[in-house]
Amino acid sequence: MPNTVTVVPFQGTQEQEKELLEAIEAHAGRPGAAMPVLQKAQAIYGYLPEEALARISAGLGLTMSELYGIVSFYAQFSVNPKGRHQVSVCLGTACYVRGAAAILAAVEDGLGCKAGSVSPDGKFSIDATRCIGACGLAPVIIIDGDVYGRLTPDDIPGILKKYTED
Amino acid sequence: MADTVNLKINSVPVSVPPGTTVLEAARQIGVEIPTLCYMKDISEIGACRICVVDVKGARTHVASCVYPVAEGMEVRTHTPDIIRSRTRTLELILSNHRMDCLTCLRNQNCELQKLAADFGIQETRFPSDAHEPQIEDSAVHLVRDNSKCVLCRRCSAVCKHNQSVGVIGPAARGFDTHIACAYGRDLGEVACVSCGQCITVCPTGALTESCQTDEVWSALADPKKHVVVGVAPSIRVTLGECFGLPVGANVEGQMVSALRLLGFNGVFDIDAAADLTIMEEGTEFMKRLTGGGPLPLITSCSPGWVRFCEQYFPEFLPNVSSCKSPQQMFGALMKTYYAEKYNLAPEDVFVVGIMPCTAKKYEIRRGDWAVEGLPDVDVALTTRELSRMISRAGIMFRSLPSSAFDAAFGVASGAGLIFGATGGVMEAALRTVSSLAEGKPPASLDFTEVRGTAGVKEASYTIRGRSVRVAACSGLANARKVLQSVKDGSARYDFIEIMCCPGGCVGGGGQPVQPQSLKNFSDLRALRAAALYKSDADMPLRLSHESPLIKQLYREFLQKPGSPEAHKILHTHIEKGEAV
Repeated sequence: MPNTVTVVPFQGTQEQEKELLEAIEAHAGRPGAAMPVLQKAQAIYGYLPEEALARISAGLGLTMSELYGIVSFYAQFSVNPKGRHQVSVCLGTACYVRGAAAILAAVEDGLGCKAGSVSPDGKFSIDATRCIGACGLAPVIIIDGDVYGRLTPDDIPGILKKYTED
Repeated sequence: MADTVNLKINSVPVSVPPGTTVLEAARQIGVEIPTLCYMKDISEIGACRICVVDVKGARTHVASCVYPVAEGMEVRTHTPDIIRSRTRTLELILSNHRMDCLTCLRNQNCELQKLAADFGIQETRFPSDAHEPQIEDSAVHLVRDNSKCVLCRRCSAVCKHNQSVGVIGPAARGFDTHIACAYGRDLGEVACVSCGQCITVCPTGALTESCQTDEVWSALADPKKHVVVGVAPSIRVTLGECFGLPVGANVEGQMVSALRLLGFNGVFDIDAAADLTIMEEGTEFMKRLTGGGPLPLITSCSPGWVRFCEQYFPEFLPNVSSCKSPQQMFGALMKTYYAEKYNLAPEDVFVVGIMPCTAKKYEIRRGDWAVEGLPDVDVALTTRELSRMISRAGIMFRSLPSSAFDAAFGVASGAGLIFGATGGVMEAALRTVSSLAEGKPPASLDFTEVRGTAGVKEASYTIRGRSVRVAACSGLANARKVLQSVKDGSARYDFIEIMCCPGGCVGGGGQPVQPQSLKNFSDLRALRAAALYKSDADMPLRLSHESPLIKQLYREFLQKPGSPEAHKILHTHIEKGEAV
C-alpha cells in the first residue's frame, strides 16, 4: 500500500530539483499536466518524495491532497524509495498455500517495516509479489536476485542476517 | 435557443429554463429526489447514484442531479426499478458503514440514517466484517472517523471549492478508497485552518467537532469555579434550529434563560466585546489612515482567516489588525476587569465562549493572554455542543420565558450584533468611524453596500474628505481572490473585512447541521443574517461608541481606545505560521 509516510530522510540533489522544475515548466498550464509531471518526478527520484510533490503542487496549482489522490490511485507510483536490498516475497497461489503469509510476517518482523515500504535505515524494502514462477520451491523469497525456497518462518532471521551485516 | 424546455415528470407536464437538471425540475411538481453527494454549485459529480431516475429511451438509469432536461423528455422518479436500484446502492453503502447509530453524535440528524429509514432498510443483506472505529483526532477542533464515511466527497469539495484550502481528498482506490491528507498525514500536521466547514456538510457522523461539553459540566459542578459564559452574536439566530424552530428564528431570550438554568454564574453577551473591537479597530484604522499605514487594514475577528493568512499569505500579516477577536477580548476582560471588580481570583474565573466556529477551539490556545499563564477563554463550545447541553439538562427550550443578559457585560449595540453576518464588522466600523470622524452620526446607519451573501462586496465612502475604499468578503476562496488582486495591484482597498466561512459566522463551522437537500435550495446564511439585521434595525442603540458599557469600560479600566492598557489586554501579535 502506498499510503504509508516515507520514513527515510529526503536526499534529493540540486540537479534533480532543476530537472523537476523544468518538467513542471514544460507542462504547467496544460490540461492533464499532473500525470506526465508525476511520472517524470518518479523517474528522477526513483519514487515520489513529499518534497517533490510540494514543488509540483506549487508549480501546477494543484493541492497536495489532489496530487496524492492521483499518486495513491495508480500502482505505478511509489511514495517510498527502494532500499539498498530489495526483498520480494512471493504471494502467488502455490507459495500462499505453502505458508507465504507467515514468511512475509517473519520478513516484516525481521526488518521492522511492512510490505510496500522501506525500513527506517533505508537498507531494506519489501515487496509482496505475484507468482514468480518458482512454484516447485514454494514458498519463495528473492533478495537482490538470490532465490531462497522451501522456507519456514524460522529460516528467515538467518537469511536476513547475511544482508544486515554488510 | 428556446426560453423554456417542456418535459413530463411522472406524467406531469413541467416547463423549465434550459440547463435545469432533472433533480431541480422534479421539485416543481413537488418531488424531492433523494441525494447524497450532490451539493448545488459546489460539488456536482453524480457519484453516489442515489438520485437515479428513469428517462424514457436512456440506456441506463441517469443521475438526476447532473442530467439536464431536454424537450419532450419523459422522466419517472419512483418506479419499482428505480426504488430497487436506490435501495441496493444504499445497502452497499451500509455494508461497510459502522452502524453505531445510538452512540453516534449525529444520531437523528444523519442523512444516511434518514435514507435508510425512507427506503425501509431493516436488515443488511451484505454484512461485512465488524468495523472498528478509525479515529483521527490530531487536530484540536475535529474528529474524523472514516469507518462512518460514505465517500460522498462533500468535505473535500468545500475544503477546496469554498475555502481554497484543499488539505483533504480521496486517496487510494477501489475498496481501499478513503478521505485523507497527502501522504496519510494527520490533519493536525497539515495547513488546515480549523474552519469546520467539512463538519457542517458531512452527511454522517464521520466528521464531528471535538466535543468539550464535559469540561464545562465539570466546571459548573466545581464550587470553587465562577463560571461565566459569553455568547457570540450569531448564536441567537441559529440555536433555535437545534430545537425544531424555523431557520432565522431569534431565540436570544430563551437562550439566556437556558444558560442560566444550566448554572452559569454570569451570562454575558459577546456583542459587547464586538463593540469594544470596533472601538479598538476603528482607532487602529484611523491611525493607519492618517499615519501612513500599512493599508489595507484587515480584520482579525475570524481565527480561521487568521490561520489562513499565516499559512498561505504571510506577506499580509502586517495588514491584519492587532485586535484580539471579540471572544478573546471578552475572556481577557473577565479575567482582569471583571475578576477585580467582583473580587474574584482570576484563576477561579472559568470562561466559556459559545461560538459559531470550530476554529475558536484553536484560537483559545494561541497564547497572548491577558493574565500570564491563564487562557483568556477556557473552553469554546459550538452552537451544536450548547444545544446538546441544553437537551441533556432536560431544559424545555421552546417553552422557556425570555430573559436578559446579566448587566455586568450584557449591554450591546446593534453594531455588535451584526458581527454575525458577512459585512457586519465593516458596517459596524463604518458607523462608528464616520460618526467620530465627522463629529455626528451619518444620515443613515445602514451601509447596505456591504450587506448580503455575495462572496465579495466593495464600496467607497468619504471620511474626513478622503475617499475610503472597503471590501467585505467571506469564504477563503473569495479571500484568496481579493488578496491576490491586492497583491498584483489590480485592486486597492483601505479596509478589508475577511470572514473565513461563507456568509460569515451565521454560516460557521460550529452552526447547526442542516441536511444538504435543504441547503441546496435555500440559503440558510441569508435567512439567519436577515434575523440579525432585523434585530439591529429595531434596537435603539446601534452605535458601538454610544454603548454605556463601552463608556464605562474605558472610564473605569481601559482609559481610551488604543491606550497602553487597552493594548495590553485587548491586542495580540499574530505569530507567523508556515504552510505545510
